[in-house]
Amino acid sequence: MELLNALILMANFVLVPALAYGSQLALGALGVTLIYGILRFSNFAHGDTMAFGTMAVILFTWWFQSMGINLGPLPTALLALPFGIAICAGFVLATDKLVYKFYRQQRAAPVIYVIASVGVMFVLNGIVRFIIGPDDQAFADGERFIVRARSFKEWTGLEEGLTIKVSQGITVITAVLVVAALFWFLNRTRTGKSMRAFSDNEDLALLSGINPDKVVMVTWIIAAALATIAGTLYGLDKSFKPFTYFQLLLPIFAAAIVGGLGNPLGAIAGGYVIAFSEIMVTYAYKKFVGYLAPGDWSPDSLLQLLGTNYKFSVSFVILLLVLLLRPTGLFKGKSV
Amino acid sequence: MTMNRNVLYFGIMAVLLIIVGQFQSWNLSLSILNLCLISAIMALGVNIQWGYAGLFNVGIMGFAALGGLAAVLISMPPVPAAWAAGGGGVLLSALAGAATIVGCIVAYAKLPKGGIRTAIIVAIGVIGFFIMRGIFVPATDAIESVDAAKTGYLGGLGLPVILAWPVGGLLAGGVAWVIGKITLGLRSDYLAIATLGISEIIVAVMKNEDWMTRGVKNVNGLSRPVPYEIDLQQALWFQNLCETLGQDVVTFSSIFVKLCYAGLFLIVLLAIFWLSERALKSPWGRMMRAIRDNEISANAMGKNVTARHLQVFVLGSMVVGIAGAMLTTLDGQLTPASYQPLRFTFLIWVMVIVGGSGNNMGAVLGGFVVWFFWVEAEPIGIWLMDTLTSGMAEDSGLRAHLLDSAAHMRLMTMGVILLLVLRFSPRGLLPEKTGHH
Repeated sequence: MELLNALILMANFVLVPALAYGSQLALGALGVTLIYGILRFSNFAHGDTMAFGTMAVILFTWWFQSMGINLGPLPTALLALPFGIAICAGFVLATDKLVYKFYRQQRAAPVIYVIASVGVMFVLNGIVRFIIGPDDQAFADGERFIVRARSFKEWTGLEEGLTIKVSQGITVITAVLVVAALFWFLNRTRTGKSMRAFSDNEDLALLSGINPDKVVMVTWIIAAALATIAGTLYGLDKSFKPFTYFQLLLPIFAAAIVGGLGNPLGAIAGGYVIAFSEIMVTYAYKKFVGYLAPGDWSPDSLLQLLGTNYKFSVSFVILLLVLLLRPTGLFKGKSV
Repeated sequence: MTMNRNVLYFGIMAVLLIIVGQFQSWNLSLSILNLCLISAIMALGVNIQWGYAGLFNVGIMGFAALGGLAAVLISMPPVPAAWAAGGGGVLLSALAGAATIVGCIVAYAKLPKGGIRTAIIVAIGVIGFFIMRGIFVPATDAIESVDAAKTGYLGGLGLPVILAWPVGGLLAGGVAWVIGKITLGLRSDYLAIATLGISEIIVAVMKNEDWMTRGVKNVNGLSRPVPYEIDLQQALWFQNLCETLGQDVVTFSSIFVKLCYAGLFLIVLLAIFWLSERALKSPWGRMMRAIRDNEISANAMGKNVTARHLQVFVLGSMVVGIAGAMLTTLDGQLTPASYQPLRFTFLIWVMVIVGGSGNNMGAVLGGFVVWFFWVEAEPIGIWLMDTLTSGMAEDSGLRAHLLDSAAHMRLMTMGVILLLVLRFSPRGLLPEKTGHH
């Protein structure tokens, strides 16, 4: 009984949140890694692209809500998602045309792209704050829970309850669907294959008649879609605040690098590695140990490795360790 | 020709400051000048990294914050009660932390490669971490409970605040060394990502470690390297001076203090500028530019690219750290919450790119121009928004929203300026002098 309680406790506070957070990071890291693989630079604007896409979704959600359209138990944001993706993709394609295309034609050094992406990041930052403001926005509606702590306790007779939020369930399911669709696209379709060829060897791909403009365009659209989905899921699960999305950049980069930049499978693995480490390191194990320890003994301290204020430093330390020990990432990524 | 351009641009800058002095107030004009000087030093530091070596540092904020930390640690008086309560514990836990890291490194170096080594390293790390935290947490709790409203931290060394400037440089340089050691030699993007991360973490530490920096409660009342206005107002020689000049004592005392700061900052700026120019024109500078322009051939000529990059990265970060300490000295207080990436990382980048990367004079000019417009953009932006929306009703929601949003326009404007200059005039206002010496 004690053991079961301990396990449920872990599931409730570590497993479920980390699965949801990891899925959000994985989707974000997939976008970063795709852009890195095809366009060959680290896109610092990705976090703010997520914020921009989510903002579009929120605006559509509010519009639908005002017209009384909803999805019943599911959040209305899911209905607004395609519209948000379309707007985000349009915006990202415009930035490519106005900013990045020039440097591609110049064959500029990667660091120039990075600086340009920082410029784009701040423009996006300004636009998002200008339109929706810097504050928290709530846009989740519909049912809140799949499993409630109280009914779970009554049902199992355990002391510990398990809560699964609808947003968490949707996150994991959406992530699985999106990843499956993406891999199907990359491995089965002609465009997807040409993208992989372009990523592996640009010159050879050009030589065999692959249209680079199309590859670049499709990459941006996919990246915008991934960013909008990841951002919306994160916003539903937690809340939407532009600055948080800027801060997400670090764990997302860490996830992409841990998995190996340019490697989609690695990005997914990296997302979960970062999410689980972040939550496990900042979780207070006091109660957990209390259950497992014999008798009524329980430790005096919280048994928390790090305060939640420092959760971002977890991804940073992992990032540094990977760069130190295995710079190509856990799965083999692109050249160092 | 370039000489003329220098004179022209700096002349315009001087005229702008004089206009502000005449039409707004001399106090404002001088405080803009002081921050221009500090910005120029930061821009010099970033120019050393980017202009000399092509290194992209996205963590300028962190290095400036370390300078600010140095100002507190050097100049504030120590709090004996806090030291008695937990000073020993903090030192002991630092020792435990250092021992853990050394233990891990020794295990990594000495043991044969394999799963056992990994297990031992992890074990040392985890056990060491728990020991460290076991000592650290009670000690800091004790420190923070010592008269929390006024102190609640260890305080500093009580030394003159000027000393904090070089110390800030050293702190920033030390952190830069660790980051550079790990990420330089890998792809250029990694340095950018790592510096972004470390700067966020440095600021998070300063916001949360109350025992060291008082966190968001801020440290106020840092000592000054220049006289206080109130002392000046009471000093007889100053009153006489005011009378001779025909100035109001109160106003002139604050102008006088700002002039003193400006003098100090100018000395530092000139010193760093002179050193940077000497370095750039020396064989070392030519080697750095050779590496920047073609790493592979420089490497083939026997230059150690990674080591030189590390060197230049540390030097540039030190300059930023010095400027960060000067800024906190000028403010007279450390407010960790004020460290925003926009203000401390991005703005400096715009200064360097607009001014002219690779040219020290350009970086200084960029510091002046961009800071000036950064400060003056707010009144201009509000005025613009006010004019644009003047046709709307007073209580219009859209009008209120637009007026509130004027502040965010800065983000966008700076981003657009950066993108435009990078695209259409990548060499900046004062381009780098490339030619044969």
